[in-house]
Amino acid sequence: MAADTQPDEDSAPLLSIRSVSKQFGKHVVLNNISLDVAEGEFLTILGESGSGKTTLLRIIAGFESASSGEVWMGGERLDTLPPYQRRVNTVFQNYALFPHLTVEENVAYGPRVARTPVDEIRSRVDEALAKVQMQAFAKYKPSKISGGQQQRVALARALVNRPQLLLLDEPLSALDANLRRQMQMELKTLQREVGITFIFVTHDQEEAMVMSDRIALLHAGELEQVAPPDEIYSRPATSYAAQFIGHTNLLQAEVRNGMAKSGSLSWPTHTEEGKALFSLRPECIRPAHDTQNATRFRAPVLDHAFHGASELVRVETVGGQVLTVRTSQRGSLRGDVELEFSPDDAVPVRESGK
Amino acid sequence: MDSVLRFEARSPRWLPLYATLVFAFLYLPIVVLMVYSFNGQGVGGFPPRDFTLNWYRLLFQDEAIWAAVLNSLVVALAAVVIALALGLPAGLALDRANFPGKGIFRRLVLLPLVLPGIITGLSLLMLFREAEVKLSLITITLGHGTALISVATTEVFAGLQKLERAQEEASLDLGATYWQTFWRVTLPNLRLSIIGAALLIFTLSMDEIAVSFFLIGRDNTLPLEIWGRLRRGITPEINAVSAIIFVFSLLAMVLWYRLRAGREGGAATGAEFLPVAEPSLSA
Amino acid sequence: MFSRAYKTAVTLPPLLWVAVFLLLPYALMFAYSFWSVSSSQQIVHSWNLSNYAHLLSHEVYRQTLLRSAWIAARVMVLSLLLGYPVAYLLSFHTRGRKNLLYQLVIIPLWVSYLVRAYAWKTILGTDGVLNTLLQYSHLTSHPLQFLLYSPFAVVLTLTHIYTPFAFLPVYAALEHIPRNLVEASHDLGASRLQTFWRVIFPLSIPGVIAGATFAFVLSFGDFLAPQLLGGPSGIMISNIVVNLFGASYQWPLGAAISFCMLAVVIGLLWLSDRLERKWAFS
Repeated sequence: MAADTQPDEDSAPLLSIRSVSKQFGKHVVLNNISLDVAEGEFLTILGESGSGKTTLLRIIAGFESASSGEVWMGGERLDTLPPYQRRVNTVFQNYALFPHLTVEENVAYGPRVARTPVDEIRSRVDEALAKVQMQAFAKYKPSKISGGQQQRVALARALVNRPQLLLLDEPLSALDANLRRQMQMELKTLQREVGITFIFVTHDQEEAMVMSDRIALLHAGELEQVAPPDEIYSRPATSYAAQFIGHTNLLQAEVRNGMAKSGSLSWPTHTEEGKALFSLRPECIRPAHDTQNATRFRAPVLDHAFHGASELVRVETVGGQVLTVRTSQRGSLRGDVELEFSPDDAVPVRESGK
Repeated sequence: MDSVLRFEARSPRWLPLYATLVFAFLYLPIVVLMVYSFNGQGVGGFPPRDFTLNWYRLLFQDEAIWAAVLNSLVVALAAVVIALALGLPAGLALDRANFPGKGIFRRLVLLPLVLPGIITGLSLLMLFREAEVKLSLITITLGHGTALISVATTEVFAGLQKLERAQEEASLDLGATYWQTFWRVTLPNLRLSIIGAALLIFTLSMDEIAVSFFLIGRDNTLPLEIWGRLRRGITPEINAVSAIIFVFSLLAMVLWYRLRAGREGGAATGAEFLPVAEPSLSA
Repeated sequence: MFSRAYKTAVTLPPLLWVAVFLLLPYALMFAYSFWSVSSSQQIVHSWNLSNYAHLLSHEVYRQTLLRSAWIAARVMVLSLLLGYPVAYLLSFHTRGRKNLLYQLVIIPLWVSYLVRAYAWKTILGTDGVLNTLLQYSHLTSHPLQFLLYSPFAVVLTLTHIYTPFAFLPVYAALEHIPRNLVEASHDLGASRLQTFWRVIFPLSIPGVIAGATFAFVLSFGDFLAPQLLGGPSGIMISNIVVNLFGASYQWPLGAAISFCMLAVVIGLLWLSDRLERKWAFS
């Protein structure tokens, strides 16, 4: 089974979340979350609504306090500090720009409050606005600029304070698809440039995969898996992880004598004896090629769906299982087809709780 | 582990104390008033002694007071009818219709709310004089009605804002005419606003003195009756009637608030007073 | 969406009423100010400026006007000083008891003006509750005269009456402020005090202006409190008008003053409107 990974650096992590739990009354929102974030890392906390991701972010920012557990940053206790004493800044979901201040004044807010000398404020604000390409709008009020522009200003306003950690609470969710994709790349580039640790919260798995160094998958208050995108994708730890990110086929199997048997399919495996669950990605099932050690089977095509660059085809095995197959050759899989997959592609996963 | 528990929820330490002082300021005079309505020694002096219900007994036997109460009730009910009959369409007009002079109409309707009562009262007095109408309870009623249309308008307007346009559009879509839609959809949704407005108008009319002062004929309303006695001298009977007025007002307000909470489903936002507070409904 | 017939039916009645009972009376009041009264107490419809000339030439009117404005100004400031903190506490620092406290603040609005003014009269007099209490507890040896029948009493009473009026629009404005702005401010390093002055207060200014206008205008034109509690030194402009419409039967002169008051009030309302719009950010 794929394991949670630690941050790459050998040095101490920047942020250390230790056994943090949060409940509101009887409702447990976060259950014993432990997570380390490395300096300079782009970590995404990915989850559906209700998964607890926003709560976790707010605990780091200081707007909520954990019911139990601790948060440490840079070797010091973080969660005992009020928000305005933390070297953490947030980009809010609805930007939360001050309507009565201009773009410039919004960005200057943090330095002003910290009583930075005026000329230094001037230069830092200019620098921050330049980074997000909003210098031309310095004297505008937030109501006069578009959503995407407001988002950049919110970013500049947070970055100008040179925080150790930047939190982004679904900042792209209010943007339309094209702008969103553009901003994703810009954010990624920006993060590399400034070298600040980013913790990004989203429910969009594609977004998470595009931008992150590592993804922390949160489900109903529990951490399902923490790993780089390619690893979560190819080696999901749980059934939820397998299903939430991309498409997959979940195969209930019985393992005996080194062979997994699921319906009419069987393949060699190193998993323990007994019941097991396997995840098989649609693109791993391909037309039979007589590949060595591959598991072959024949199945009729039920239906197909157009997905732009690829086609998703559903087939039904002899044992009655419906599998999804991905092919880049549209129309190539019709009627009865011979398919195969490599045993390594069947990844054993843990059953998720909920 | 709540060492930084919801720090936002912690107010500066002096604030609750200050607020308590403000509340004391607002309520102590009334409390004192009520306490002394039971004071055998009368209106002043400290400390109060000789608990007695004498003043209340005198009050209940006071025919002039009862007559004034009756007058006030009649006037108040009539004022409610007038104010609602005109405030409801006015609210609708401001919410729905566009016509030349709408801005002026809006400001004019809401003006009596912010205008000192003397101006409303005097201008109406001059009107009645020129029209050679004798001053009586009727003129007082007309005065109250006019002044209180603004209350009805703002309540109706607030209620209309809460009403989803889509509901009325759905009704029209399903085949109902404008009038049917009005009766079946709009009006039922305004029920709480109308009742709330009626309650508020009734209470304000019962208390009204500034406008009534100038339009009074032979018959007194309750506030004017009290006023007349005040000119002659203070008696604890006035404390007694004031205490009773306070209790009724309190009940009326609590009832009104429950209605409001029912309409809005919960917390006080003060938003219902926003149009009242600023006599400039954004149209 | 609505038919013309519907719209006309809905707009016409209130429009007519307002024209007859608001516009016409104001116009009439304006006309009256140019007329005069004969020795036999008849209104003479001869147009002249003598009333206005009278107002401008006699010192007492200007003095009383200024005194009224000064009293109103003090009431305005005091009622805001009392009302704003309570509104802030209620809006930002109360959770469970919010509804109850809100009701507590608006209850006085529902209680008769007369009752409240009367209450103060019984408290402030030389034999009143306050004076006897002070003497009883040996804090003073004889009654304090200035408490009643003075501008002090008028300001005190009017502040008592108009503080809830000042509270309401301020509270509404504060409730309107998105809470994430407060969080953003804290996130950027501002303490609670800094957040208040830089974010919360500026955004509440329209409410403050509305509350101030209410308190000022209504106090300015008040005649009941001065009559009950003001004494000779607490006479306000409306009292003069009341007298002119009373026994002395000088309606035209009274109309002139009233119309001036109306003009001033409308001017203040217009100004307040402009300022509110200037300071409205959301």
